Amino acid sequence: MAGLGPLLRKELLEQWRTLRLPVVATIFLLVGLSSPLLARFTPEILKAVGGDQFTISLPTPTAADAVDQLAKNVGQFGGLIAVLLAMGAVATEKERGTAALLLTKPVSRGAFLVAKLVAIGLTLAVSVAIATAGAWFYTLVLFAPLPVPGIAAGAALQWLTLMAWASITFVGSTLTRSSLAAAGLGIVAFIVVGILGVVPNVGRFLPTGLGGPGRALALGIPGPDPVVPTVATIVLIGVAGLTAWLAFRRQEL
Amino acid sequence: MTSASPGLDPPSGTVVVAGPDRVAGPDDVVGPVAIHARGLSKRFGSIVALDGLDLDVPTGSIFGLLGPNGAGKTTTIRILTGLARPTAGAATVAGVAVGLDRPELRQHLGYLDQDPRFYGWMRGRELLELVGRLGGLAGADLRAQVGAMLDRTGLTDVAERRIGGYSGGMRQRLGIAQALLHRPAIVFLDEPVSSLDPEGRRDVLELIADLRDETTVVVSTHVLSDVERICDRVAILDRGRLVTEAALDQLLADHVRPVYRLAADPGQGPAVELLTRRLRSTPWITDVSAMPGGELRIVVSDPAVAAASLLPAVVDAGVRLAVFERVRPTLEDVFLELVGSPSADELDGRGFIRPREVER
Repeated sequence: MAGLGPLLRKELLEQWRTLRLPVVATIFLLVGLSSPLLARFTPEILKAVGGDQFTISLPTPTAADAVDQLAKNVGQFGGLIAVLLAMGAVATEKERGTAALLLTKPVSRGAFLVAKLVAIGLTLAVSVAIATAGAWFYTLVLFAPLPVPGIAAGAALQWLTLMAWASITFVGSTLTRSSLAAAGLGIVAFIVVGILGVVPNVGRFLPTGLGGPGRALALGIPGPDPVVPTVATIVLIGVAGLTAWLAFRRQEL
Repeated sequence: MTSASPGLDPPSGTVVVAGPDRVAGPDDVVGPVAIHARGLSKRFGSIVALDGLDLDVPTGSIFGLLGPNGAGKTTTIRILTGLARPTAGAATVAGVAVGLDRPELRQHLGYLDQDPRFYGWMRGRELLELVGRLGGLAGADLRAQVGAMLDRTGLTDVAERRIGGYSGGMRQRLGIAQALLHRPAIVFLDEPVSSLDPEGRRDVLELIADLRDETTVVVSTHVLSDVERICDRVAILDRGRLVTEAALDQLLADHVRPVYRLAADPGQGPAVELLTRRLRSTPWITDVSAMPGGELRIVVSDPAVAAASLLPAVVDAGVRLAVFERVRPTLEDVFLELVGSPSADELDGRGFIRPREVER
């Protein structure tokens, strides 16, 4: 892993200097803050929109609705952002020629990839943490306090899911010189895994299988065992990273 | 850890050059070598970019890699720097076998791309600090080396500016700075002055010349006058093949033309006419031309006889000379003699020589 430290430092500086981290963190903060608000006020909004013409009967919102709303929003917006963060990570550097600048220095290609994936992971981790903190605060204000260790564990699982989409996109970015092709791979994986996730006995081996355990942990209630989907997702990320390295170390620049 | 490629026997001894009766080549270099390549080939499908290149670059030399566009210069450098892999053949750089993912190889080399690209968001000093850290520099040594390289390349005043705002010349100088920063044993400069104005070109060429005895420099270019100014050894490539490789002085000496130039002191019209008549009837002289300004240009068939007999013939005719010299060829003369000018059919739309193709 020759050169990992300086490369990671460069990647983190790039995340900050190109405003990726501030922009992504801000989007996640808005998502986090808005999720409990949407859960709390959706019945009133629907009532105001429908007026007297029709009546919609909805149960009284609870903290569980806030958690569900957060999971849905972070899962969708966050998934898309994870793909956007990873799509150009390697492809753009190859296409612009900056990869050749660094890879004619005493650095290993593995270090080059790891630095990028870690930087993406840290950006997503900070963003998910901010979104979760915002959601926890408004849930406290509007509903009831959520257990901090539980919601933190749920956030970790959500981050792991986003890392799965980022890793798959990262493989595409490594295999091609096209950011769009990489994004296409990530989005296809996002859709296919989403469809497979509803198949009985299959979903728990996929990143989407982390949703149920994450919800239960956040609410502090009994739920599905998180071990199997967690291990499966970590293996998926590992396989993606290994695939990217095996391909990249044989590529001409 | 270093390792040599199988099948590569490192040469040793002193530098010997080829004579005029044979083409010079890498086997004539038998001193400490920084780069040793045998049979390097690179194909892209049926296109032959490099064809069995044998190359030895003496340690400490400024080595010119010459050839027209599309000759294989950049391909050679890309293979030697580990950016591309050869289809066949092997090479060592600083004793380390070249390959794609070889940090231990790159510890010894610096590289400037013909179109250097940087991170526009980064400041000049930050880039050099990053490159220095990757090269193993740290602390005071890193700061001192970055400062020295900024001074050397004239970038100190713009070191805190973002690279995205640099001019082409600044980027080229930053490229040279990053290539030299970690004090590599061998530096590859691919067309280092191609995008510079005359002043920037002069500065960069002087900078490269200053590297003599400090590091081994391989510089690729198709601008022959630049090579003549700074290189002490050259290899000429044409369509992926090595045409010749020799010390620059020896190459010029080997291709010296059998032509003498005489200029008489003014006011000797009759004596010069007599000399001209005598020379035209001399069997080892094939042509005598009167040039503007009273000069004579004499083409000889036997340079050895001419060297011994031409000056006595002038004295015998009673001509007092202001100039008597054997015309020295320029590198351009030698290049055109060895490579020739491409015909229109041999050029593609971009002015590049069409590569050779083989059946797959």
